[in-house]
Order: sequence, then structure tokens, then C-alpha cells
Amino acid sequence: MPITETRIVTKRLRDRPDDSWTIEGALASGAYDVLRTALTMTPEAIQDEQVKASGLRGRGGAGFATATKWSFLPKDSFPRYLVINADEGEPSTFKDHMLIERDPHQLLEGIAIASFAVQCNLAFVYLRGEFALGYDRLTAAIDEARNRGFLGNNILGSGFDLDIIVHRGAGAYICGEETALLESLEGQRGMPRIRPPFPAVAGLYAKPTVVNNVETVSTLPHILRMGGEEYGKLGVNKSTGTRIFSLSGLVNRPGNYEVELGVTFRQLIDDLGGGVRNGGKVKFMIPGGASSQWLTGSDEHLDCPLDMDAVGQFGVMLGSGAVMVYDDTVDPVLVAWRLAKFFAHESCGKCTPCREGTGWIEKVLYRMSHGLGRADDLDMLLDVGDNISPGLNAPFSQTTICPLGPSAVSAVVSLNKYFRDEILARVATATEVSA
Amino acid sequence: MSAELVTLTIDGKEITAPKGSMLIQAAQDAGIFIPRFCWHERMKAVGMCRMCLVEVEGVRGLPPACTTPVAEGMVVHLQKDNVQKAQDGVLEFLLINHPLDCPVCDRGGECPLQDQTVAFGPGESRFVEEKRHFVKPIEISPNVLLDRERCIQCARCTRFADEIAGDPLITFVARGDRTEVNTFPDDPFISYFSGNVVQICPVGALTAKPYRFRARPWDLQTSETTCQSCSVGCRGAVQSSSNRLVRFLGVDVEPVNQGWLCDKGRFGFEFVHAPERVREPLVRVGGDMTEQSWPQALEVAAEGIRKAIDLHGPGAVAVIGGARGSNEDAYVWARFAKGVLRTDNVDAQLGDGLPPEVVNGLPEAMISDCDDAAAIVLLAPDLKEELPVLYLRVRRAAAELGVPLIDLSPRDHGLTKHATANLRPIPGEQGRVAEKLLAAINSGTSSDPQIRAAAQAVSGRDGNIVVILGRPSMAESADHTVAAAAALAASPRVRFLSALRRSNVRGALDLGLSPGTLPGRVTLDAGRAWFDAAWGGTPEARGLDTAGILQAAKAGKIHALVLLGADPLADFPDRKLAREGLDAISFVVAVDAFGNESNRRCDVFLPVTLWGEKGGSTTNLEGRIQRMGRRVSPEGTAMDDWRIAAELAFRFGVDFDLETVDEVTDEIARLAPAHLGVTSRLLGAARDGAVVPLADHRDALVFSSAGVASEFGWEPIRPGTVPDEAFAAAQTANVVEASGTGSAGVTQPGGQGPGEAPSDEEIDEITAVDESAVPDVPRPEVLVWDRAVTSPPAPPPDGYALRLVAGRKLYDAGRVTTSSPALANLAPSDVLLVHPSDRDRIGVTDGGSVRVITARGTTVLAVRGDDHTPSGTAFMIFDQPGEGAAEIIDINQSVMDLRLESLS
Repeated sequence: MPITETRIVTKRLRDRPDDSWTIEGALASGAYDVLRTALTMTPEAIQDEQVKASGLRGRGGAGFATATKWSFLPKDSFPRYLVINADEGEPSTFKDHMLIERDPHQLLEGIAIASFAVQCNLAFVYLRGEFALGYDRLTAAIDEARNRGFLGNNILGSGFDLDIIVHRGAGAYICGEETALLESLEGQRGMPRIRPPFPAVAGLYAKPTVVNNVETVSTLPHILRMGGEEYGKLGVNKSTGTRIFSLSGLVNRPGNYEVELGVTFRQLIDDLGGGVRNGGKVKFMIPGGASSQWLTGSDEHLDCPLDMDAVGQFGVMLGSGAVMVYDDTVDPVLVAWRLAKFFAHESCGKCTPCREGTGWIEKVLYRMSHGLGRADDLDMLLDVGDNISPGLNAPFSQTTICPLGPSAVSAVVSLNKYFRDEILARVATATEVSA
Repeated sequence: MSAELVTLTIDGKEITAPKGSMLIQAAQDAGIFIPRFCWHERMKAVGMCRMCLVEVEGVRGLPPACTTPVAEGMVVHLQKDNVQKAQDGVLEFLLINHPLDCPVCDRGGECPLQDQTVAFGPGESRFVEEKRHFVKPIEISPNVLLDRERCIQCARCTRFADEIAGDPLITFVARGDRTEVNTFPDDPFISYFSGNVVQICPVGALTAKPYRFRARPWDLQTSETTCQSCSVGCRGAVQSSSNRLVRFLGVDVEPVNQGWLCDKGRFGFEFVHAPERVREPLVRVGGDMTEQSWPQALEVAAEGIRKAIDLHGPGAVAVIGGARGSNEDAYVWARFAKGVLRTDNVDAQLGDGLPPEVVNGLPEAMISDCDDAAAIVLLAPDLKEELPVLYLRVRRAAAELGVPLIDLSPRDHGLTKHATANLRPIPGEQGRVAEKLLAAINSGTSSDPQIRAAAQAVSGRDGNIVVILGRPSMAESADHTVAAAAALAASPRVRFLSALRRSNVRGALDLGLSPGTLPGRVTLDAGRAWFDAAWGGTPEARGLDTAGILQAAKAGKIHALVLLGADPLADFPDRKLAREGLDAISFVVAVDAFGNESNRRCDVFLPVTLWGEKGGSTTNLEGRIQRMGRRVSPEGTAMDDWRIAAELAFRFGVDFDLETVDEVTDEIARLAPAHLGVTSRLLGAARDGAVVPLADHRDALVFSSAGVASEFGWEPIRPGTVPDEAFAAAQTANVVEASGTGSAGVTQPGGQGPGEAPSDEEIDEITAVDESAVPDVPRPEVLVWDRAVTSPPAPPPDGYALRLVAGRKLYDAGRVTTSSPALANLAPSDVLLVHPSDRDRIGVTDGGSVRVITARGTTVLAVRGDDHTPSGTAFMIFDQPGEGAAEIIDINQSVMDLRLESLS
């Protein structure tokens, strides 16, 4: 039986396509009701009885347990800041884009709950600069929320104060990495920081800081509404709840689909995405955004559940919740080159292996994808990749400061894993032709 | 302050290091070299280059040693395959876009990228793609060129500019492998410290114009020496090729310059070889200066002086200058003038300094005391302009180390933004404000908000208050500064660091080149018996300072003058008096390397050796005596200043019996009370020099060199590691060889640890003087200033007038600047700066001309509005090309008030 979406975070924007982003539309569908309740609870209760009990894990990519992240904040160290990572720039990921544009009040309610839970009075939204409509709607929503007492001083009479600053990024993918984001927010060039210290200890302006993803925070009102334990019953194993998957590529119905974790890739692609176009078959797919290693169209891969841990057996991750699907009309080397070009373009240039390595990989893959490959290119690329990400394993080990460099290696590893023979055969043909 | 130590092992070798220190530093201090590019021990670690990746047991992946703190029981591996593969990989990455144009690169032969590639890198590259291309060198400043193709993006230069110099004018531009260092559009890297980025660049990306294509590193000869462009006394390594000075690098001496140099010091050596230098003795014959032999010229000089004494007595002879020579020059000239000629009309300062009893008699601070002072009080000129490397130290103390900075300067300057309190006394008011400040520090409160802020910043902080004491303005009497110093000296917590500018002014004042003093910080009266016995005579009574000499000359009482490397027309604040005085003197001997406005009308010109051509020692502003290295042979037949004095003395029938500069040093060590024990052997062995009086600073002596010589130029150069051929024989003390364990091909920089503290016996042995050759009278007492001041009249400010402040700029009309091509065009032009409100009140626009009416007369100057000049004052740069402040300053005025009238 075909699966359907489990709409929780996307419920309002799906139900009210015409006014979900307005304060009227939001209030008509229950926005800020949960906040009112939350403010009567203790921060500890929200952290432990709700968020921790829900098993909520970050929706930005790393999948780290949200309550645990909050618990790293040093006790009694104030001020502290909440920073919302809304710099969604992972290729093929477009869920936060939708949440911001079409349900900003849900995000604001989540921010207010999170801020109350971690006891911060100033939150920042680092918004991807290209989200022009999102910026307009989010800032308008903040004004409306403030006018109605959901933000500002003494929120809903609780004595809790919160203000939100929206900062627009300037188009750098690296600023989605949390420490580069903080640098950028402080007005510096966006380059990752050396850890430790971790942001929880010394983040924005060297103060304790929590950085959370848009979808993660947007989920909070629903956890409190349903009860943490109840929410935790959704999903599978340690992947609780629902997630929005950005399905793209050569499927019939690409788009954002919110499903309960635990459904399979096949169900997502066939039941929700309408299957591969022209009745074709999946040749390979890239889950988790551009940083992940790839999967193929094998039954083993297609029937793997969308479980943040189970996918690890194939060396991939759910990452930011993207799934790119390709059929056999697509040259995987060309895809790898295009991804490498992205990483080479977006490498911030701070540390050597990424700065030089991503550019090198891009240049070699360009040759390979344009008929100028050499017999030893693939092995050389693997070794170059090994110098960026020793062992070529997932999860990464890295000689770099942040995971951007190793991300660029994933495609190379995947090419070798699934298409080595095809590539070597092609090089041999090319050599014959040119000889 | 002893930090807790932890024990760790690196490749099986057990080492200890202070808890919290970074692994790369701990390893280096233990003689283990971990390769690096971006890490520099004087700057914050950024972990960018990834060259120092190591394996730490129990830690996932390969952490960089530069950002990994040591921990108890840590087990580190450098020699394992995974570490070596990572190093190999990083080097391969660094080289793929590097142009490998080593054969035409100045860094070739001393290049960390070359060296570490040989030691740790791959033999060949697998990169067959097109490399990144940039336009070949672009000028990022007048002296620094940047080749972006060679750059490895280590951020040493950008961090230096931001963190150390406070001039964040270079930065990363673009991303990924297109990342480049560059300036902001239309905003070049104009920094007094720009040359340092060339020295610390680990590749040939940054090169300095004066050295480009001049030499290959393996052709260079090097001597460790002390910079003489100001009185900070930065240590450096001067290098020559084919008997020409070609480069000067900073040496990392912790108590002084921590490796940095200013551009004037770094590039100023060019003047040594300037074509306009005088290379042979000149004598005026029938109106023209003609070349003569040394014996002839010396005879003419002696004869002229003798005639003046015979006709008018010793007081008819005067010596002005001597602050730019060595200690040995100063001493022998003092001995000649005071012991042979018996004149006390001797002054190394040109009316722009402070009385010697104040400079030498105040409780002294060391430069390094700034780092942990309770507060630093600025009662000085703009340090960035006059003593740039001291500016770096004070800036770091204030900006990084949290030391409160209390500013008594008359206007804004480079340190203003770091100051805790800006008191801004108008000229003439310093003494009163200083009294209030001290009262506030003692009581913890004040009605003046700035003074209260200063007092509050000091309260609760231990340690001494360091007062940096100089002349904030040339346009006011030194009495005001002296009064402020006297007021502050009432506190036992206050220590003084003199901020007089000329390179060896401390040495000259210490060694008797000022009226009323004798060598070794003794007064004429206190030292008379001792020096009568040692020298055979001393002046009868206290003589005149430069202002007095010029006034006496104007009155016809000075008949012979020696200009000892001095140019009163340029440097004396009152040019009218200087002109009238010099014009009235019938016989002038110039002892100099260059002709100048003042010595143009001399009768004899005796050419002297310059820095780089002479040895000896020099005293910096804190009283630290350090060696100078002799790197090239003198131009022409130029002679050391001290030898000229000895030759002249010989012509007066006195044989000083001094053959070498070391013999002079040893005579000073024997006879000058404050310098007792500072022998040539001690100076040869003491890594960081010796501070006088030595008895108070024995603990600070370090004899061992700090580690083993590193490759010049990219890692901090350790003091005592540069071969100093002239003094090699003096290196008797134990030079410790650190043993490195790194790979071949890279010289191991050692740590600048505390060094080996010599034993009392060793110090006694090396400082021993020949007691049989000292006078049979008690050694005189070193002077202590009694703080007696003649309270200067503080004329009330006139509501219609602006009070003049005259300060110097680093690049001026002086010889080092004008005769060094690298610096010659950097001098700013002169203009009168006033607060915009004053400008508007006068009714002119920027650049407009005003008539300036002073007690001296009337002149016309251009005016510009300037937010950094407080209302009620006017600022003018001193000693710039063109009409200078000296034309309107009257040395007899306590302060200079200007009435300005618009001419437009």
C-alpha cells in the first residue's frame, strides 16, 4: 500500500496555501497556543520532559540530539544566544526555504520556545541572502508577532523577554557551517573556527551559543503540543518523528515531502515522487545533500529505511534531507564534476587541503567528464581525497577544519565504489580513439 | 610565575611543558621540530595550513599541533605513516598552484616551502592541470610587493597587520583556490611596519623593493646588530653582499623588539651607501672645501680649536651632538672635550630633549614592564611616529594584555583608541594634570571624569605604573614635562621609560655628553676627583646646553664648535636662534657622514663611519647596552667618531692609548660608575645585552644563545645565533646546542626559553675590570634626581589664540629618510592642523592660507581641519621638507600661542 505524507511541520502551509504566512492565517490554525503553555513550564521541563523525551535530532545535517546540544551550555553563564541556521545552501535541499516563506510564525514560535528553554533573550536568524521573499515574510512576521506580544518584552505576561535579529547572508555556502556562520554574523569573513572552543561554550561574541536548524526549531511547537514522549513514538529507532525530504532529480513529482522516518527510499520515490520519469529506473541517487556519498538503484539501497543510523551501513547519511535521483541517461562522472565544481567554488580557502584539493578534484573530474580522462585519474583522485579525508570513510575523518573538504570527496568515493569499471572502460576507449 | 607543568611523550621522547601551552611550541622548546607555515609564535594560532598535523593517541583524526594544548600523559606521534602522509599531502596541495619559479624568487635558498618540501614533502607532483594565475607582483605598499601566485594563504601577513601592527589593511579576497591576499581598493598597505610581513612570509610572495633581485641568500654575510634609527634599540641581523648592505632583518629579543622592526629601521640602511655621502676629509681652502689627507685635516681641526682656547679659554669651545654614535664614540668625545679641552659646553641633545639629571636620575622601567604594568602613562610624543616598535609593545599591552593606558598627550595619536583615559592637557598644563592624576590614583576618585576613569582603571591592579616620558611637543619648554615627571615620581609605584628619540641619546647622556655630567651617570661635582685622577683634568664649572651654546655664540662668546653628527638648523626647535648662533661662530668642525644645512659652512669636515661599518655598543631608551655589528668596510676613508676624538686629543698632547673599540668599552667598564663591569667580553656573551647599572640587573643576564640558528627570515631569528664575526672571539660563554630530531634539510628553531642563567662566579669573572688601572679615590655615586623643579609659569590660554603642538613624523627631512630611496618619498608635507571648529571660526577652508602671528613674528601657512587636534591647539609637524615649525618656535617661550588670521 502506498505511503502518504505525515504532515506535522508542513501541516499549516499545506492546509492554508493562501495565508499560512500571515498572522491571521497562523493564528487561525493554532499558532502561539503552545508558546502560551510553554511559558508556564520550567525551562528544565521543556528540555528534559519534552525535547529530550521526543528524541529530536537536528534536521540541518549532522543529526545531533537537540536536547543534548542545549545541555552543553555552561550553567549560569549569561548572556547566551540562540542562532537559527537558515542559510540553507546544500545543493538539492529546499525545505527550510519553504518553511521560512510559508510558515514563518511556526519558526518564530519555535524560536521563542527554544529561547525560553535555553534561557536566552536574544536570538538571531542567519538567513540565506537569496531568500528575498522569505526575508520579507519573516521580518513582517516578526513585526506582527512583536505587535501581538509574542516577542519583545514580557512575552504574554510571562516576564520572559526575547528579541530576534534577522541577518542576511551574502551567498556563501560555508556560512551554513555553524562556526563560519558565527564569524559572518560577527562581521568577519565567513571561515570556520578552530574547535575547541565549541559554540556552546564560546560562540557568538564569545558567549555560549546554540545553533539550531530551521526545521528543528519549527518542530518544537509540535513536540510540546503532542508531548515529547508521544512525538518520540513517531519514526523508527533513534530517528524519531517526521522529516521533510527534498526530492529532486529525474522523478515525476519532485518536491518537499514530510514523512515519518523509517519509510524507504523506494516508497519516497515511487509513492510520493511518482517514480522515475519516462518509466525509467534509478541508476544512482544522492541522499542527504551534495555532501553525502551516493546510493544506487539496487533493491538493497532502495529498500533501506530513511533512518539516520541505518543508512550508515551504506556509508551515506540523511544529512539535510535531500534525495537526488538519476536514471541511466545521466553520466555519473558529469554529476560528480558538477558537484566538485560547487565545492571548489564554495571552499572558503582557509585550510590547505580543502582550498587546493577541491579545485584539483574539480579540474580532474572536468577532464574525465569531457573525454580527457587518464587511466590513473581515478586512483589519483582517491589518493588526493585520502589526503583530505583520511581513510575515505563515512562519517568523515578529515585533515581540514570543517567538513566541506571531505564533502567534496564523497562523489569520488562513490564513483569508485559503483562505477569504477565503467569509468576505466571509458578511459580505455578514449585512449584508443585518441591513439 | 611558574605555570603548572605536564608531561607528555612525542615519538617516545618524554618532555615537560607548561599546562595549556600548544603542542607545537612545547615540542619546539624541547628541540622537536613540527613543520609549519601559518603558525608564528608571536601571533595567535589559526590552524590554517594544516602542515603541523600530528597523531595524538585517543584523539580522532589528526589534530594540528598549533591548536592542540598539551595535556598530562598525552602521547603524540610524528613519525607514523598516517602523519607523514598527511604532511606529504599538505605540501603537495600547497605546491599544485605554486608557480615553482624558485630560480627567480628572492626566497629561493631560504624558503620554508622549499625546505619543508625537501624534508617532508613529495618528490614530484601529480598535478597536470593549469595552475592558478595572477598578475605578477602588485605593489601593495611603497616598499612591499605581493606575488599572489606564490602565496600559500597562511595569513601570517594579514594577522601581523591586524594583530600586531594594528593596521588591518591587507586581507583575504575571494575564496577557494582563487583566494588571494590583497589590499582594499584605493587603500594601500601604508603601515610603518609593512616590512615585517616580508620577513615572516614563508614563501616568496611578499618581497621588499630594496632587496628584490639584489642577492641570493647563500651569498649573504650576516652580523647580529642593534638598529640605530631610534632609541628602542631593536636587535636585528644586517646582511651584506659584495661589501654592500642589502637587507636588515629583525631578531627576536624578548625584552626589546620581539622580532619586529619598523620600516625606517628595516630599510634605512640604504643611506650608508648614498652617493652624497662624504667619503674623504675636507678642509676649507680659500672658500672651497677640498679633499685633504687625514693628518692634514686633523691638524687643521686641532689648530682651530687650540686657537679658540688660547685666545678665549676652554669655554669658547663647544660640542653639539653625539647622540647618533656608539657609546664608545660618546665616551671618547666626552673625554676629549671635558678631560682634554676642559670645556663643559657639550650637549648631545638639541633643545628637543630632557635634562640629563631627569633622564638618568629617575627610577627606571624596562620596556618589558609595559606587559604587566598596573598602568602605562603616556607623557610622550606620538610613539608610533618616533619610537615605532615601542608603540607595538604598548599597543599589545593595552589591546591584548589589558593594561590600562592613561594618555597625557596633547592630541590624538596611534594609541588613542586603546587608551583607558585621555586627559589631553593643553601645553603647559601637564604638571598640574599629573598632580591631579596622582592624587586621584592615591585617593581613588576625582571630579574630572577622565581622571576618575584613569584612577579606577589602576585601582586593584598590582605592580608599577610605567610612565613613558618624552617631549610631547617641540613647541613648549621641557620644564612642563619635567614638572609632570616630578609630580608623578612622588609615587613609589611610578617607574619611567624615557622616550627620547635619537638612537644613542641615552648612551650619550650616560657617558657625559651633556653639561654638568661626567661618564657613568655622575655629576660634574661628584665625579671631579675620580675623573681628574683618571683623565688628568675636568671642566672647571658646569657649561651650557645647546640653547645656551647658541645664545652664547650669538653673543660672540663661542669661537669653535664641533658639530658631532648634528644639524641644529633642522633639529633645534628654534631655527632663528640656531641660524644666528651658527652664523656667529668663526670655526666649525663637522664630524659627520653627510653635509647638511648646519655644517655646510664648516672649516673642516671629518667623515665618519656609519651603522653597519662600525662596531661598539649602544644604549637603548631603557638603559640596555647592546652590541652593534660591523658588516661592511667603511666608505672611503671614513673613521669611527671615537678614533677621531682620540686623534685630536693626541694633537693636544694626550695619548688615550686606545687601539680598538673593545679597549674603549673596557675603559668605560672600568671608569664610568654606572657602567662598572660592562666589559667587551660581557657584551659579547650577553644574549640580550646588559642593563646599566649592572649591579641592579645582574639577574637578567643570559649568556646562552636561544636555541640554534634557524633559517633567516621566516621563523623568529634567535638572538645570539647569528655569527658576529667581529666579536666571535668574545663569545667565551657557553653556547648551548639544542638538538633537533626533525628531518634533515630544515634547521631547527629552538625555543626562546629563559636561557641558561649564568652563575655569580661566571658573571664576576666576565665583568671583572683591571682594578690596578682605576683611580685611587672612591668611585663616585650614580646620580639620583632630587625632583627639584622650577615650577614653570603656566600662562593662561588666550581665548583668541591656539596653542602650538609640534611633533615629529617617522619619515622626516632627516638623513636616514632622505638618503634612503625606499623612504625618501614617504615624508608628509607640512601644514597647520587645527580642530575643524577652530578652522571654521577663523573662517578658512581646508588648504586655505592663514597669517600666523606669534611672539616670534608672522608667517603664512596652510591650514587643515583635523578631528585629532583638540580645540584650542594647533598641530604642526616638525622637521619636514619645506617651511617647518622651527621657524615659528621661540625657545625662550614657555609655550607658543598662535593668532591665526584668514587670508582668504
